Amino acid sequence: MSMDKVFGIAGSALAAQLVRMNTTASNLANASNTADTPEGAYRAKRVVFRTLLQDQAVGEQTRYAGSIHVGNVVDDPTPSPRSYDPGNPAADDDGYVWQSNVNEVAEMVEMTAAARSYRNNIEVVNTAKQMMMRTLEVMKS
Amino acid sequence: MLDSLFGIHADALELKARRMEVLSTNIANADTPGYKAKDVDFRSVLGWQLGVGSMRATHVNHWRGPGHSDNGEVFTIPFNPAVDGNTVEIGLEQAKYGKAAVDYQATLDFLQGRVSAYKRALKGE
Repeated sequence: MSMDKVFGIAGSALAAQLVRMNTTASNLANASNTADTPEGAYRAKRVVFRTLLQDQAVGEQTRYAGSIHVGNVVDDPTPSPRSYDPGNPAADDDGYVWQSNVNEVAEMVEMTAAARSYRNNIEVVNTAKQMMMRTLEVMKS
Repeated sequence: MLDSLFGIHADALELKARRMEVLSTNIANADTPGYKAKDVDFRSVLGWQLGVGSMRATHVNHWRGPGHSDNGEVFTIPFNPAVDGNTVEIGLEQAKYGKAAVDYQATLDFLQGRVSAYKRALKGE
């Protein structure tokens, strides 16, 4: 039945948006991390969403075509900034400290966007639920 | 038996539920790179059901033409496609979803009318 699929698809979107929100939280928490090498510095993480192109059975459940899942998590390629701070315990031999490349403003925007998408999908589930309840009541009249 | 009882409304309810499914897929994939928004073309589905309108693919080797499929799903032409190839315009999709829900309710009301009419007839009121 089609309405079941609405719940499955919107539910997958809710889960995916939560992963995105978690990633943003992780980025913000690590925004002020420092390291003594550019490789060791924290890099902002980004999730990439993918669409499921056909129905997939996972154990007892079915993931419907059109569902969304997190394809992979990629590092932000922006070069890590460094600052001269010889007194810092994480400074390298030349006195430089490598910082994370997290852009706090961009993360806040990402968080708001994820929250909005989450809310949109909740509305979808709510409407579908109302429709299903009304369908059940048709025979009662 | 049920087909003749409920007429076109049983099929219509199924179609409208499927449209809600397609539109919910669009809303779910609003942030997926490269996703192309879809919609159900009511006119072509109705035409196929009645055997009129656009031509129908009756053989696997028949060429279906761009943007057309047997189940009436068509790709939405976006006003402003995103740079990542996504063609979902969230406000538009939400409006469509709202209208699809109203359409679904309208069909439900027709069905409900039928059910109560048959019940009255059976009771002999």
